[in-house]
Amino acid sequence: MREVAVIAFAQTEHTDHDEGLTDFELIHPVIQEVKERSGLSRFGFTCSGSCDYLAGAPFSFVSALDALGAWPPISESHVEMDAAWALYEAWVRLQHGDVDSALVYGFGKSSMGDLREIMTLQLDPYYLAPLGLDQVSFAALQASAYGAGRAELDEIVRRSRADGRNNPRALDLDDPSGEEFAVQPLRPYDVAPITDGAAAIVLAAGDLARELAERPAWITGIAHRIEPHYLGMRDLTRSPSAEAAGRAAGVGKGPVDVAELHAQFSHEELILREALELPAETVVNPSGGPLAANPVMATGLIRIGEAAARILDGGAGRTVAHATSGPCLQHNLVTVLEA
Amino acid sequence: MGNRCAVIGVGQTRYQTRRRDVSIAGLVREAALRALEDAGLTFKDIDAVVIGKAPDLFEGVMMPEAYLADALGAAGKPMTRVHTAGSVGGSTALVGASLIQGGVHDRVLVVAFEKQSESNATWALSTHLPFNASLVVGAGGYFAPHIREYMRRSAAPDHIGTLVAVKDRQNALKNPYAHLRIPGINRQMVESTPMLWEPIRYLETCPSSDGACAMVLASEDKVTGTPAWVHGTAMRSEPMARADRDTVSPQAGKDCAADVYRQAGITDPRREIDVAEVYVPFSWYEPMWLENLGFAPEGEGWKLTEAGSTALDGDIPWNASGGVLSSNPIGASGLIRFAEAAQQVRGMAGEHQVDGARTALGHAYGGGAQFFAMWIVGAQKP
Repeated sequence: MREVAVIAFAQTEHTDHDEGLTDFELIHPVIQEVKERSGLSRFGFTCSGSCDYLAGAPFSFVSALDALGAWPPISESHVEMDAAWALYEAWVRLQHGDVDSALVYGFGKSSMGDLREIMTLQLDPYYLAPLGLDQVSFAALQASAYGAGRAELDEIVRRSRADGRNNPRALDLDDPSGEEFAVQPLRPYDVAPITDGAAAIVLAAGDLARELAERPAWITGIAHRIEPHYLGMRDLTRSPSAEAAGRAAGVGKGPVDVAELHAQFSHEELILREALELPAETVVNPSGGPLAANPVMATGLIRIGEAAARILDGGAGRTVAHATSGPCLQHNLVTVLEA
Repeated sequence: MGNRCAVIGVGQTRYQTRRRDVSIAGLVREAALRALEDAGLTFKDIDAVVIGKAPDLFEGVMMPEAYLADALGAAGKPMTRVHTAGSVGGSTALVGASLIQGGVHDRVLVVAFEKQSESNATWALSTHLPFNASLVVGAGGYFAPHIREYMRRSAAPDHIGTLVAVKDRQNALKNPYAHLRIPGINRQMVESTPMLWEPIRYLETCPSSDGACAMVLASEDKVTGTPAWVHGTAMRSEPMARADRDTVSPQAGKDCAADVYRQAGITDPRREIDVAEVYVPFSWYEPMWLENLGFAPEGEGWKLTEAGSTALDGDIPWNASGGVLSSNPIGASGLIRFAEAAQQVRGMAGEHQVDGARTALGHAYGGGAQFFAMWIVGAQKP
């Protein structure tokens, strides 16, 4: 495949409340930031990820286009998925060989509605959605099936929140405490916080990447897989689609210094570590991960951005990023980045 | 453009107001199975699935690819959901083709659908973000002023829209999948229907349809049966809020056409393209797009329509299938254009086949006439 690298990454200072910003106002600064960091003002291809149901209106990505300065008109597309899949589409487009750069961005304001109930709408509308099981209840089913120990989950949350406090972009959340349950066996702190935010990445191919970045984060593997929707057809104790995507991306072909995992519930980190066969020495979610900031529709892209940033800044040689979609880790995308 | 890519299978459902007999999953599966059958393949042969549809509010199912993975045989494979407003059907085909052109996969299933009977699309299109005043109702309310401006600029006579409405519905009578099939359709019938958004009458608008369309795309090595080769693909977008943007003949449409023509080696679209399937949801968009796509000089698109050039027996048939004016499962409408273009160059369009069609244009647009997706397909390998 053609060599493609992440050469710039930017994200908002994520908030746990609505700051009154429109989508345009949320996105515009991060777009400007990656343009400055990459040194590019025009791109061969642009792709974004967002969700109309978060905005509560159709075509939420249309007004976002105003943030790009898309004039003269640009070659552009959009996925109604986490922007990690927009990055995948851009990576595929760069494989054609006729364009050398791509801008990818994602954004979401989950403060605007009841995210737990909104996510129920992504279930089978005839047989599952009417049951009214919300996102946390679904996750709790998986946590029960997996049977994670409480001490282990608490340690994941404590570590994530501590790392998040050291990350100026993530939320400042206290060490986990309290005995009550959100939905048994999950406590409120096992659940990623409601977050507003946006992120953007610039990809460049071959010589352009080498020219624009001192230490490009080369994408040496990227793959995604979906699995059946119905929980009754799945073994909830593992994530076969993450396993398959990880193998296809070549996670195991070398050491993994850092892994940024899109674990929106603490137990998902355990399932994903096993699925991706991460070595014990791999540092997981040094950014704090989704448990410290979860701007839905950008969270997966931020995992790629954070994993790439560790390479761009010289701190790591080989990193892995994971993004997920659908209930109980139904759909997983794995990216391997190397210096 | 990357590796060669061809359409080797096309499947459509019958388009109609309500498909009460199938769920959303049943609807998309029907189209997918027909496309696979056409290609002589099964779900097992498919490497990846790309699905497109217009806003999720239309059916009230958010990110429906999660729920539809099973029905489309996607489990264990990559699946992608595309959404680029009204152009989404076209974009879905292009994202699928891109996977092959980029050398990532060999056989990709692309599917697009809308089940408009599950909700009210005009309502779903009339809600706005907070603090944005909603001054229009539905897409017709938005586009009618652009049409009036076109009529002012071009001095086109009032009856041009009626001619398109009649021509496309006459074509639909030859298409077994078409939603609106109105025997004896004529100008008087169109002119007697109520005015919805001046100058758009009821029969000058597209219907609300349930339906799905699917295609199997293949790399050169995996071509089976009768291929339609992809000669060019392009997408263009421009911002909604640019003050001096020309919404009557958008720059993004001109640029997208120029890009796709350049790839396909087309310098004179009127002469070198044999048939075009173009997104015309309101009758007047035929003359407007004739100009935007370079088939006629500015201000003269309506003359081609009036002369009958775009009729099935004209020198450049537009929407031989009956077009969006005859069938409109919104999210699928663009993919249907792309698929019908492919069927024409495969010689498999049935009763609405344009004799000897070798090169065809598929076109879709969306948003405030700001998103464009196009491809050129040909009977010959590029």
